[in-house]
Amino acid sequence: MSRAEAGDPVFAEPWQAQIFALAVALQNRGVFSADEWAQALGAEIAGAAAAGGCDDGSDYYERCCEALEHLLIAKGLASHEGVDALAASWARAAEATPHGQPILLENDPERRRAGQAP
Amino acid sequence: MSGHDHHHDHDNHFTPIEARVRALESLMVAKGYVDPAALDAIVETYETKIGPRNGARVVAKAWSDPDYAQRLKADGTAAVAELGYGGRGGEHIVACFNTPEEHNLIVCTLCSCYPWPVLGLPPVWYKSPPYRSRAVLDPRGVLADFGVTLPEGQRIRVWDSTAETRFIVVPLRPAGTQGWSEEALAAIVSRDAMIGTALPSAEARR
Repeated sequence: MSRAEAGDPVFAEPWQAQIFALAVALQNRGVFSADEWAQALGAEIAGAAAAGGCDDGSDYYERCCEALEHLLIAKGLASHEGVDALAASWARAAEATPHGQPILLENDPERRRAGQAP
Repeated sequence: MSGHDHHHDHDNHFTPIEARVRALESLMVAKGYVDPAALDAIVETYETKIGPRNGARVVAKAWSDPDYAQRLKADGTAAVAELGYGGRGGEHIVACFNTPEEHNLIVCTLCSCYPWPVLGLPPVWYKSPPYRSRAVLDPRGVLADFGVTLPEGQRIRVWDSTAETRFIVVPLRPAGTQGWSEEALAAIVSRDAMIGTALPSAEARR
Protein backbone atom coordinates (compact mmCIF):
# COMPACT_ATOMS: atom_id res chain seq x y z
CA MET A 1 0.00 0.00 0.00
CA SER A 2 1.27 3.42 -0.82
CA ARG A 3 1.21 6.50 1.33
CA ALA A 4 -2.06 7.73 2.74
CA GLU A 5 -3.90 4.79 1.29
CA ALA A 6 -4.70 2.64 4.26
CA GLY A 7 -7.02 4.11 6.82
CA ASP A 8 -7.70 7.33 4.95
CA PRO A 9 -11.28 8.35 5.71
CA VAL A 10 -13.26 8.93 2.54
CA PHE A 11 -14.54 12.23 3.90
CA ALA A 12 -12.69 14.30 6.49
CA GLU A 13 -15.89 15.85 7.85
CA PRO A 14 -19.60 15.07 7.52
CA TRP A 15 -20.37 18.24 5.53
CA GLN A 16 -17.96 17.05 2.83
CA ALA A 17 -19.99 13.87 2.47
CA GLN A 18 -23.20 15.92 2.39
CA ILE A 19 -22.10 18.26 -0.40
CA PHE A 20 -20.68 15.35 -2.40
CA ALA A 21 -23.90 13.33 -2.04
CA LEU A 22 -26.00 16.35 -2.95
CA ALA A 23 -24.02 16.93 -6.16
CA VAL A 24 -24.31 13.24 -7.09
CA ALA A 25 -28.04 13.10 -6.29
CA LEU A 26 -28.75 16.17 -8.43
CA GLN A 27 -26.88 14.57 -11.34
CA ASN A 28 -28.82 11.34 -10.84
CA ARG A 29 -31.98 13.41 -10.94
CA GLY A 30 -30.88 15.14 -14.16
CA VAL A 31 -30.81 18.63 -12.64
CA PHE A 32 -27.40 19.03 -14.27
CA SER A 33 -25.08 16.73 -16.19
CA ALA A 34 -21.75 15.28 -15.14
CA ASP A 35 -20.07 17.54 -17.66
CA GLU A 36 -21.82 20.66 -16.35
CA TRP A 37 -20.66 19.66 -12.87
CA ALA A 38 -17.06 19.13 -13.99
CA GLN A 39 -17.03 22.48 -15.78
CA ALA A 40 -18.51 24.32 -12.79
CA LEU A 41 -16.11 22.64 -10.37
CA GLY A 42 -13.14 23.19 -12.66
CA ALA A 43 -14.00 26.91 -12.86
CA GLU A 44 -14.08 27.27 -9.06
CA ILE A 45 -10.83 25.34 -8.67
CA ALA A 46 -9.09 27.41 -11.35
CA GLY A 47 -10.44 30.63 -9.82
CA ALA A 48 -9.20 29.71 -6.35
CA ALA A 49 -5.79 28.70 -7.73
CA ALA A 50 -5.52 31.99 -9.65
CA ALA A 51 -6.38 33.88 -6.46
CA GLY A 52 -3.46 32.18 -4.71
CA GLY A 53 -5.54 29.58 -2.90
CA CYS A 54 -4.09 26.55 -1.21
CA ASP A 55 -1.96 24.21 -3.21
CA ASP A 56 -2.63 20.79 -1.73
CA GLY A 57 -6.18 20.01 -2.79
CA SER A 58 -7.44 20.18 0.81
CA ASP A 59 -9.94 22.92 -0.11
CA TYR A 60 -11.63 20.66 -2.66
CA TYR A 61 -14.98 20.36 -0.91
CA GLU A 62 -15.17 24.12 -0.30
CA ARG A 63 -14.88 24.47 -4.08
CA CYS A 64 -17.59 21.84 -4.51
CA CYS A 65 -19.90 23.91 -2.33
CA GLU A 66 -19.26 27.06 -4.36
CA ALA A 67 -19.61 25.19 -7.65
CA LEU A 68 -22.94 23.74 -6.61
CA GLU A 69 -24.30 27.07 -5.44
CA HIS A 70 -23.24 28.83 -8.64
CA LEU A 71 -24.61 26.05 -10.81
CA LEU A 72 -27.99 26.17 -9.03
CA ILE A 73 -28.05 29.96 -9.41
CA ALA A 74 -27.24 29.63 -13.11
CA LYS A 75 -30.11 27.14 -13.43
CA GLY A 76 -32.47 29.56 -11.73
CA LEU A 77 -32.98 27.16 -8.81
CA ALA A 78 -31.35 29.32 -6.13
CA SER A 79 -30.22 32.87 -5.44
CA HIS A 80 -27.13 33.99 -3.59
CA GLU A 81 -29.26 36.01 -1.15
CA GLY A 82 -31.61 33.08 -0.63
CA VAL A 83 -28.78 30.71 0.20
CA ASP A 84 -27.24 33.35 2.50
CA ALA A 85 -30.49 33.75 4.39
CA LEU A 86 -31.07 30.02 4.64
CA ALA A 87 -27.50 29.41 5.86
CA ALA A 88 -27.93 32.12 8.52
CA SER A 89 -31.17 30.46 9.57
CA TRP A 90 -29.45 27.07 9.89
CA ALA A 91 -26.65 28.65 11.95
CA ARG A 92 -29.22 30.17 14.34
CA ALA A 93 -31.12 26.89 14.46
CA ALA A 94 -27.94 25.05 15.46
CA GLU A 95 -27.22 27.48 18.29
CA ALA A 96 -30.81 27.17 19.53
CA THR A 97 -30.88 23.37 19.50
CA PRO A 98 -30.14 21.64 22.80
CA HIS A 99 -27.31 19.14 22.88
CA GLY A 100 -28.19 15.72 21.68
CA GLN A 101 -31.26 16.75 19.71
CA PRO A 102 -31.38 16.84 15.93
CA ILE A 103 -30.78 20.29 14.49
CA LEU A 104 -33.91 21.29 12.60
CA LEU A 105 -34.48 24.44 10.60
CA GLU A 106 -37.64 24.99 12.64
CA ASN A 107 -35.44 25.54 15.71
CA ASP A 108 -34.31 28.91 14.33
CA PRO A 109 -35.84 31.42 16.78
CA GLU A 110 -36.42 34.00 14.05
CA ARG A 111 -38.31 31.45 12.00
CA ARG A 112 -40.45 30.59 15.04
CA ARG A 113 -41.11 34.28 15.69
CA ALA A 114 -42.14 34.79 12.09
CA GLY A 115 -44.62 31.98 12.53
CA GLN A 116 -42.97 29.84 9.89
CA ALA A 117 -42.51 26.87 12.15
CA PRO A 118 -45.01 24.09 11.66
CA MET B 1 -23.55 21.22 28.85
CA SER B 2 -25.73 18.17 29.07
CA GLY B 3 -23.02 16.10 30.70
CA HIS B 4 -23.68 13.26 28.28
CA ASP B 5 -20.22 12.31 27.16
CA HIS B 6 -21.36 10.90 23.82
CA HIS B 7 -22.34 14.41 22.69
CA HIS B 8 -19.71 16.60 21.15
CA ASP B 9 -19.30 20.12 22.42
CA HIS B 10 -19.83 21.59 18.97
CA ASP B 11 -23.04 19.70 18.27
CA ASN B 12 -24.96 22.94 18.49
CA HIS B 13 -22.75 25.06 16.32
CA PHE B 14 -22.37 25.15 12.56
CA THR B 15 -19.29 26.56 10.90
CA PRO B 16 -20.10 28.82 7.91
CA ILE B 17 -19.46 26.00 5.44
CA GLU B 18 -21.60 23.55 7.45
CA ALA B 19 -24.47 26.04 7.48
CA ARG B 20 -24.09 26.68 3.75
CA VAL B 21 -24.14 22.98 2.88
CA ARG B 22 -27.24 22.53 5.05
CA ALA B 23 -28.82 25.47 3.25
CA LEU B 24 -28.17 24.04 -0.21
CA GLU B 25 -29.37 20.62 0.86
CA SER B 26 -32.56 21.84 2.52
CA LEU B 27 -33.32 24.06 -0.48
CA MET B 28 -33.10 21.11 -2.87
CA VAL B 29 -35.09 18.89 -0.52
CA ALA B 30 -37.79 21.56 -0.20
CA LYS B 31 -37.99 21.86 -3.99
CA GLY B 32 -38.35 18.10 -4.25
CA TYR B 33 -35.14 17.49 -6.22
CA VAL B 34 -33.55 15.24 -3.64
CA ASP B 35 -34.69 12.89 -0.94
CA PRO B 36 -32.69 12.93 2.32
CA ALA B 37 -32.73 9.12 2.40
CA ALA B 38 -31.14 9.03 -1.07
CA LEU B 39 -28.37 11.34 0.17
CA ASP B 40 -27.66 9.04 3.10
CA ALA B 41 -27.55 6.05 0.76
CA ILE B 42 -25.03 7.80 -1.50
CA VAL B 43 -22.75 8.61 1.44
CA GLU B 44 -22.97 5.07 2.77
CA THR B 45 -22.15 3.62 -0.64
CA TYR B 46 -19.03 5.72 -1.04
CA GLU B 47 -17.89 5.19 2.53
CA THR B 48 -18.34 1.43 2.60
CA LYS B 49 -18.97 -0.20 -0.77
CA ILE B 50 -16.95 1.62 -3.39
CA GLY B 51 -13.19 1.82 -3.28
CA PRO B 52 -9.93 0.74 -4.86
CA ARG B 53 -10.44 -2.90 -3.82
CA ASN B 54 -12.97 -3.05 -6.68
CA GLY B 55 -10.35 -1.96 -9.19
CA ALA B 56 -7.81 -4.35 -7.69
CA ARG B 57 -10.18 -7.24 -8.39
CA VAL B 58 -10.52 -6.07 -12.00
CA VAL B 59 -6.74 -5.94 -12.41
CA ALA B 60 -6.23 -9.33 -10.73
CA LYS B 61 -8.78 -10.90 -13.03
CA ALA B 62 -7.15 -9.34 -16.07
CA TRP B 63 -3.80 -10.77 -14.94
CA SER B 64 -5.30 -14.21 -14.40
CA ASP B 65 -7.64 -14.52 -17.35
CA PRO B 66 -6.36 -13.48 -20.81
CA ASP B 67 -9.88 -13.54 -22.26
CA TYR B 68 -11.04 -11.14 -19.58
CA ALA B 69 -8.02 -8.92 -20.24
CA GLN B 70 -9.04 -8.76 -23.90
CA ARG B 71 -12.59 -7.80 -23.00
CA LEU B 72 -11.29 -5.18 -20.56
CA LYS B 73 -9.09 -3.74 -23.28
CA ALA B 74 -11.93 -3.69 -25.80
CA ASP B 75 -14.66 -2.27 -23.54
CA GLY B 76 -13.67 -1.27 -20.02
CA THR B 77 -17.18 -0.31 -18.96
CA ALA B 78 -18.66 -3.69 -19.94
CA ALA B 79 -15.76 -5.66 -18.46
CA VAL B 80 -15.94 -3.98 -15.04
CA ALA B 81 -19.73 -4.46 -15.12
CA GLU B 82 -19.06 -8.23 -15.32
CA LEU B 83 -17.74 -7.93 -11.77
CA GLY B 84 -20.74 -5.87 -10.72
CA TYR B 85 -19.11 -2.44 -10.84
CA GLY B 86 -20.62 0.55 -12.59
CA GLY B 87 -22.82 3.58 -12.26
CA ARG B 88 -22.10 7.24 -11.61
CA GLY B 89 -18.54 8.17 -12.62
CA GLY B 90 -18.13 4.93 -14.54
CA GLU B 91 -20.28 5.55 -17.59
CA HIS B 92 -17.26 5.16 -19.86
CA ILE B 93 -14.23 3.46 -18.34
CA VAL B 94 -11.08 2.93 -20.36
CA ALA B 95 -8.46 0.49 -19.06
CA CYS B 96 -4.92 1.58 -19.89
CA PHE B 97 -2.61 -1.44 -19.90
CA ASN B 98 1.00 -0.81 -19.00
CA THR B 99 3.50 -2.48 -21.30
CA PRO B 100 7.29 -2.78 -21.11
CA GLU B 101 7.38 0.09 -23.62
CA GLU B 102 4.72 2.34 -22.09
CA HIS B 103 3.65 3.33 -18.59
CA ASN B 104 0.27 4.99 -18.09
CA LEU B 105 -0.58 7.80 -15.69
CA ILE B 106 -4.00 9.29 -15.05
CA VAL B 107 -4.91 12.83 -14.06
CA CYS B 108 -7.80 15.26 -14.32
CA THR B 109 -6.35 18.61 -15.29
CA LEU B 110 -9.76 20.34 -14.98
CA CYS B 111 -10.93 19.18 -11.57
CA SER B 112 -11.03 15.67 -10.13
CA CYS B 113 -12.70 13.29 -12.61
CA TYR B 114 -11.88 9.77 -11.50
CA PRO B 115 -13.31 6.26 -12.14
CA TRP B 116 -15.43 6.10 -8.97
CA PRO B 117 -16.92 2.59 -9.36
CA VAL B 118 -13.48 0.97 -9.50
CA LEU B 119 -11.29 3.34 -7.46
CA GLY B 120 -13.71 5.11 -5.11
CA LEU B 121 -13.12 8.81 -4.49
CA PRO B 122 -9.73 10.28 -5.36
CA PRO B 123 -7.03 10.97 -2.78
CA VAL B 124 -6.44 14.61 -1.84
CA TRP B 125 -3.18 14.85 -3.78
CA TYR B 126 -4.96 13.82 -7.00
CA LYS B 127 -7.05 16.99 -6.63
CA SER B 128 -4.10 19.26 -5.86
CA PRO B 129 -2.96 21.89 -8.38
CA PRO B 130 0.68 20.67 -8.42
CA TYR B 131 -0.31 17.12 -9.37
CA ARG B 132 -2.86 18.27 -11.93
CA SER B 133 -0.34 20.43 -13.76
CA ARG B 134 2.88 18.49 -13.23
CA ALA B 135 1.43 15.13 -14.28
CA VAL B 136 1.24 16.59 -17.77
CA LEU B 137 4.35 18.80 -17.81
CA ASP B 138 6.74 16.55 -15.89
CA PRO B 139 5.30 13.06 -15.39
CA ARG B 140 8.71 11.54 -14.72
CA GLY B 141 9.29 14.08 -11.97
CA VAL B 142 5.89 13.26 -10.47
CA LEU B 143 6.72 9.56 -10.48
CA ALA B 144 10.06 10.32 -8.83
CA ASP B 145 8.16 12.12 -6.04
CA PHE B 146 6.23 8.90 -5.52
CA GLY B 147 9.46 6.93 -5.43
CA VAL B 148 8.85 5.34 -8.81
CA THR B 149 11.68 5.06 -11.31
CA LEU B 150 10.76 3.50 -14.63
CA PRO B 151 13.16 1.47 -16.72
CA GLU B 152 15.01 3.62 -19.21
CA GLY B 153 13.22 3.72 -22.51
CA GLN B 154 9.75 3.14 -21.06
CA ARG B 155 7.54 5.99 -22.28
CA ILE B 156 4.94 7.64 -20.08
CA ARG B 157 1.49 8.23 -21.50
CA VAL B 158 -0.68 10.67 -19.55
CA TRP B 159 -4.46 10.32 -19.74
CA ASP B 160 -6.55 13.39 -18.94
CA SER B 161 -9.86 12.26 -17.45
CA THR B 162 -13.11 14.02 -18.21
CA ALA B 163 -16.66 13.83 -16.94
CA GLU B 164 -17.41 11.41 -19.79
CA THR B 165 -14.30 9.24 -19.97
CA ARG B 166 -12.35 7.98 -17.00
CA PHE B 167 -9.30 5.78 -16.91
CA ILE B 168 -7.84 3.00 -14.80
CA VAL B 169 -4.28 1.79 -15.18
CA VAL B 170 -3.69 -1.95 -15.44
CA PRO B 171 -0.12 -2.39 -14.20
CA LEU B 172 2.22 -5.09 -15.44
CA ARG B 173 1.92 -8.26 -13.39
CA PRO B 174 5.03 -8.37 -11.23
CA ALA B 175 7.55 -11.18 -11.37
CA GLY B 176 7.31 -13.83 -8.68
CA THR B 177 3.51 -14.07 -8.72
CA GLN B 178 3.11 -17.24 -10.80
CA GLY B 179 0.35 -19.45 -9.55
CA TRP B 180 -1.13 -16.83 -7.22
CA SER B 181 -4.89 -16.77 -6.74
CA GLU B 182 -6.89 -13.75 -7.88
CA GLU B 183 -7.37 -12.77 -4.24
CA ALA B 184 -3.63 -12.87 -3.57
CA LEU B 185 -2.99 -10.85 -6.71
CA ALA B 186 -5.67 -8.27 -5.84
CA ALA B 187 -4.02 -7.75 -2.45
CA ILE B 188 -0.86 -6.35 -4.05
CA VAL B 189 -2.66 -3.95 -6.41
CA SER B 190 -2.71 -0.58 -4.70
CA ARG B 191 -4.89 2.39 -5.52
CA ASP B 192 -1.83 4.32 -6.65
CA ALA B 193 -0.78 1.51 -8.99
CA MET B 194 -4.13 1.97 -10.75
CA ILE B 195 -3.54 5.72 -11.02
CA GLY B 196 -0.05 5.05 -12.32
CA THR B 197 1.91 6.57 -9.43
CA ALA B 198 3.06 3.23 -8.01
CA LEU B 199 4.12 -0.19 -9.24
CA PRO B 200 2.92 -3.43 -7.69
CA SER B 201 5.48 -5.86 -6.40
CA ALA B 202 5.32 -9.43 -5.13
CA GLU B 203 6.94 -8.28 -1.88
CA ALA B 204 3.83 -6.27 -1.00
CA ARG B 205 2.07 -9.51 -0.12
CA ARG B 206 1.45 -9.69 3.59
